Amino acid sequence: MSELTLTVMRLGFLAVLWLFVIVAVQVIRSDLFGTRVTQRGSRRGAEPRPQQRQAPAPPQQRQQQSGGRQRRGAPTKLVVSEGTLSGTTVALQGQTITLGRAHDSTIVLDDDYASSRHARIYPDRDGQWIVEDLGSTNGTYLDRTRLTTPTPIPLGAPIRIGKTVIELRK
Amino acid sequence: MSVVTNTTTIGAIDAPSRRNTELMLLAFAVAIPVFAYINVGLALDGELPAGVIGYGLGLGLLAGVAHIVVRRFARYADPLLLPLATLLNGLGLVLIWRLDQSPRLMARPDFSAQATNQLMYSALGIALFVGVLLVLKDHRVLQRFTYISMAVAIVLLLLPLVPGLGADVFGAKIWIRVGGFSIQPGEFAKIVIAVFFSGYLMVKRDALALASRRFMGLYLPRGRDLGPILTIWAMSLLILVFENDLGTSLLFFGMFVIMLYVATERTSWIVIGLLMSAGGAVVVASFASHVQSRVAAWLDPFGCRESAAAAGNGNMLNACDQMTQVLMSFGAGGTIGTGLGQGNSDLIGFATNSDFIFSTVGEELGLAGVMAFLLLYGLIIERGVRTALAARDPFGKLFAIGLSGAFALQVFVVAGGVMGLIPLTGMTMPFLAAGGSSVIANWALIGILIRISDTARRPAPAPAPSPDAEMTQVVRP
Repeated sequence: MSELTLTVMRLGFLAVLWLFVIVAVQVIRSDLFGTRVTQRGSRRGAEPRPQQRQAPAPPQQRQQQSGGRQRRGAPTKLVVSEGTLSGTTVALQGQTITLGRAHDSTIVLDDDYASSRHARIYPDRDGQWIVEDLGSTNGTYLDRTRLTTPTPIPLGAPIRIGKTVIELRK
Repeated sequence: MSVVTNTTTIGAIDAPSRRNTELMLLAFAVAIPVFAYINVGLALDGELPAGVIGYGLGLGLLAGVAHIVVRRFARYADPLLLPLATLLNGLGLVLIWRLDQSPRLMARPDFSAQATNQLMYSALGIALFVGVLLVLKDHRVLQRFTYISMAVAIVLLLLPLVPGLGADVFGAKIWIRVGGFSIQPGEFAKIVIAVFFSGYLMVKRDALALASRRFMGLYLPRGRDLGPILTIWAMSLLILVFENDLGTSLLFFGMFVIMLYVATERTSWIVIGLLMSAGGAVVVASFASHVQSRVAAWLDPFGCRESAAAAGNGNMLNACDQMTQVLMSFGAGGTIGTGLGQGNSDLIGFATNSDFIFSTVGEELGLAGVMAFLLLYGLIIERGVRTALAARDPFGKLFAIGLSGAFALQVFVVAGGVMGLIPLTGMTMPFLAAGGSSVIANWALIGILIRISDTARRPAPAPAPSPDAEMTQVVRP
């Protein structure tokens, strides 16, 4: 066997070995993060990108989503404007958003004045977004009024839960 | 609808099982040893080795079976542990086969081809791995056997001392011979004793952590809490004295100190442990001749070889000569090595393919290869520690940290020994070295880690809706 072939194989083997190590580290890297941050560039009502790993919504919800999309002036995202989570946005895609200190809430509030299941925000049949207080201790405020019944949310109106303020934006 | 620019969504990822990632890595991990095998064949004989298809299929089959079992019975397990272990085992097989072809080793009277045996042991190891995953549905079951496992571990450790059963191989009495097979019970004892340590420390950690006095920046434990560490220390010293095995004794004591530190978060335990092991090692080294020759070979291999040859001390000469050959072979490797099958690590002679197999890596793959191997071991350990971090129950946490700590210590003790950092010990590089017990026990260890990581990474069951679970503060106007 020629010297050249063996040298190439030797270097090739080391390269392959290191490639394995690098691939393994990449796998670890993808394992490290607890939450996924999806960048949404400019897009016009397109379907969610395929790389989005979240389980596809059930068909019924999908319809609601597209129904909601067609309304003019419908909010597209929920923004936390005050509190520890300030700056967080959640895209509104027809899903129910739960707020509270419970770990399985959509937005987990780290706030002593919030209950574990504090409030939820969901679209009604027409795609109008509704906020409902779930029997919290300190109440949910829309503007300055404490909620007693499920109430439609006007665009940009502040919803206050403890120290956290959220609002819907286009 | 307006154009949305530069907004981000933060959402929880639903726990992916990562089984396809594992399959991809596993295919890669089987391909690399096949490549190495072809490389060795081409370098030694100038032609493709005859068994390459059989070897590739065999390794692929074993890995495939393991993967299917993991997919079926441990869906959320860590995706890296199995491919890493498969790769190391496969490369170990290639290195052993390569040393089987060496004319120098063939000329030795104690030569026997090991590759076929090792393949059989690997298959047995995978079988045990599968068995662990099938039988052990929940690692917390082991918690019930805390004190039984202590007794079992002590019996396993004492077995080599039983006359007629134990076998003295090259000074260390760590083997037992049963019906033509030699077994190294210490390899299995390290798993069993991890069960005891984690079960015991889980119960006692509060007493060990909280009741302490502060002295010179360290939290010193009370005198009566020193009992367990003293017992383990005495036990590991007894192993050292009666079985002449520095490695096993270091492994057990080190593992206990690591687990004690993790359970109590007290740095003082590490300081105490280091002092105790150093003190014990010095005392034993002052009278045990076997340990003395190892220390002499460690401090000055070349000088001790000369003086032993002059004095006609056969045992000493052997130990020192081996060490010099090992160091020369690492040096001959240089940065990128001589190439697989083209080194002279077979000059080491006895135990080239077991205790000293890492020097073959050093010579034929060079520093680049040694670093890659150490990283592969490091990744296994990292995944083990990660599993411990993710585990939800204290027993699982301690168990995972104990197993990965034992694995880490073993790699450190062997690699440090052959590289001349610490005195050489009679331990084997996990998965790489020839030796049935080591391969089988380490596959069982990986199996248990996979089981714990499956439990740890499995998505948590939905918590029962209880509004009073977390008290809410009431706003007082």
